[in-house]
Amino acid sequence: MSHKGTHKGLCKRIIPCLDVAEGRTVKGVQFTNLRDIGDPVELAEAYQAQGADELVFLDISASAAGRQTMVDVVRKVAHVLMIPFTVGGGISTLEQAKRLLDAGADKVSVNTAAVNRPELIREIAEAYGSQCCVLAVDARKNTTGKNGHPWEVLTHGGRKNTGLDALEWGQTAVALGAGEILLTSWDQDGTREGFDLALTRAFSESLPVPVIASGGACGPQSFVEVFKEGRADAALAASIFHDGQWTVDALKAAIETEGIPIRR
Amino acid sequence: MNHWPKIDLINYGGGNLGSITRCLERLETPYRIISSTAEPLSGDNPILFPGVGAFGPAMDNLTKSGLAQRIRESVRAGTPYLGICIGLQVLFESGEEAPGIPGLGLLPGSVVRFKQGKIPQIGWNWIKPQTEAQSDAWPSGYVYFVNSYHPAPADPEISLYQADYHGQFCAAVQQDNITAFQFHPEKSGEFGLQLMRRWLENVA
Repeated sequence: MSHKGTHKGLCKRIIPCLDVAEGRTVKGVQFTNLRDIGDPVELAEAYQAQGADELVFLDISASAAGRQTMVDVVRKVAHVLMIPFTVGGGISTLEQAKRLLDAGADKVSVNTAAVNRPELIREIAEAYGSQCCVLAVDARKNTTGKNGHPWEVLTHGGRKNTGLDALEWGQTAVALGAGEILLTSWDQDGTREGFDLALTRAFSESLPVPVIASGGACGPQSFVEVFKEGRADAALAASIFHDGQWTVDALKAAIETEGIPIRR
Repeated sequence: MNHWPKIDLINYGGGNLGSITRCLERLETPYRIISSTAEPLSGDNPILFPGVGAFGPAMDNLTKSGLAQRIRESVRAGTPYLGICIGLQVLFESGEEAPGIPGLGLLPGSVVRFKQGKIPQIGWNWIKPQTEAQSDAWPSGYVYFVNSYHPAPADPEISLYQADYHGQFCAAVQQDNITAFQFHPEKSGEFGLQLMRRWLENVA
């Protein structure tokens, strides 16, 4: 196996995201009208073969049985992947994080539970290192128009406003030990109109850890913009890959021609 | 048909061995896990020390368990050793991450923090052999890094691979029976597997 190696430095990462419910990969709009799009293990293998740099799995199961199923999915995924993967969704205790990491996940991402109890971040980082602990932030433009608080944190899959300033929350989380930020723009998510560049850039410039941009991915141009103007370290997308609109490799080839450092 | 030797896999108590054991299984390489309190190193089996973690706690665990002394003796006696990430860092005399805590001291030099850029470095970076002469055995390619620190060997001749993160840094070292990677071959796709296979060929 040989790489093209056009870029001889750290590369921007392209990360397909799989939403998993009751052990199946699903697709829906804002967690409703879920449609089964396949076996997560088979999809993971396919994206790895296409040149994905990492994968993210979000467990959106509603039941305890679904959560247990997720541990089995993680174990099977770990057996076929030779690239890193993150698992998130509903992790609220160190014990749950441990189960997923023991099953083979390289990192876990925490969201709502960390807002409710920030110590969770410290617990995971102390037990496994900051590199294992990803903070997922769902951010939305603040409609109440508070000065200096342009983005608000949402929890519970975007259903609940917290009033927390998103950037301040990111800084708090990094101080507690979060090693990476998975930043989703709730305004752009599902629109296919491009990433939120201002949001991404604000995070990337004020936090010392890598930022993964999410929400709004469309064609290669949206990725070029989020890397160049948004200063993202990585970008995540789901439907453009699941729909077969882009393979990971075709997308990476198109981005690379725009001068973005990409692993190919 | 493989003729790989059995590997003594060090479990220093801080990391997850899952991805490295799956990597060895893919390569059909037998191994046994040497935990802090379990059976001693064989002295003949090549030693593999993988994992992420911090320099201080790792050296602490190795010293308390007596493994530090055993690894030192075995490697000095010529047992092949492959270190990955923290398994590379502990080889040196000291680390900026834990001032005052000595490393194994098997290689002269220290482990230093990146001076610029996001820390940790996370993602795929290009490694190239330090010298052209090494490139037949050790090809260039992309590998996965997760690190805040990198080796600064006192003897630059032992650098096997270099990479660029806001400046060149040493990404792997090799001296006699010691080989060590700062990156994660077990997370670096087919290319990473190729590097693991190369080490096994060298020690078989």
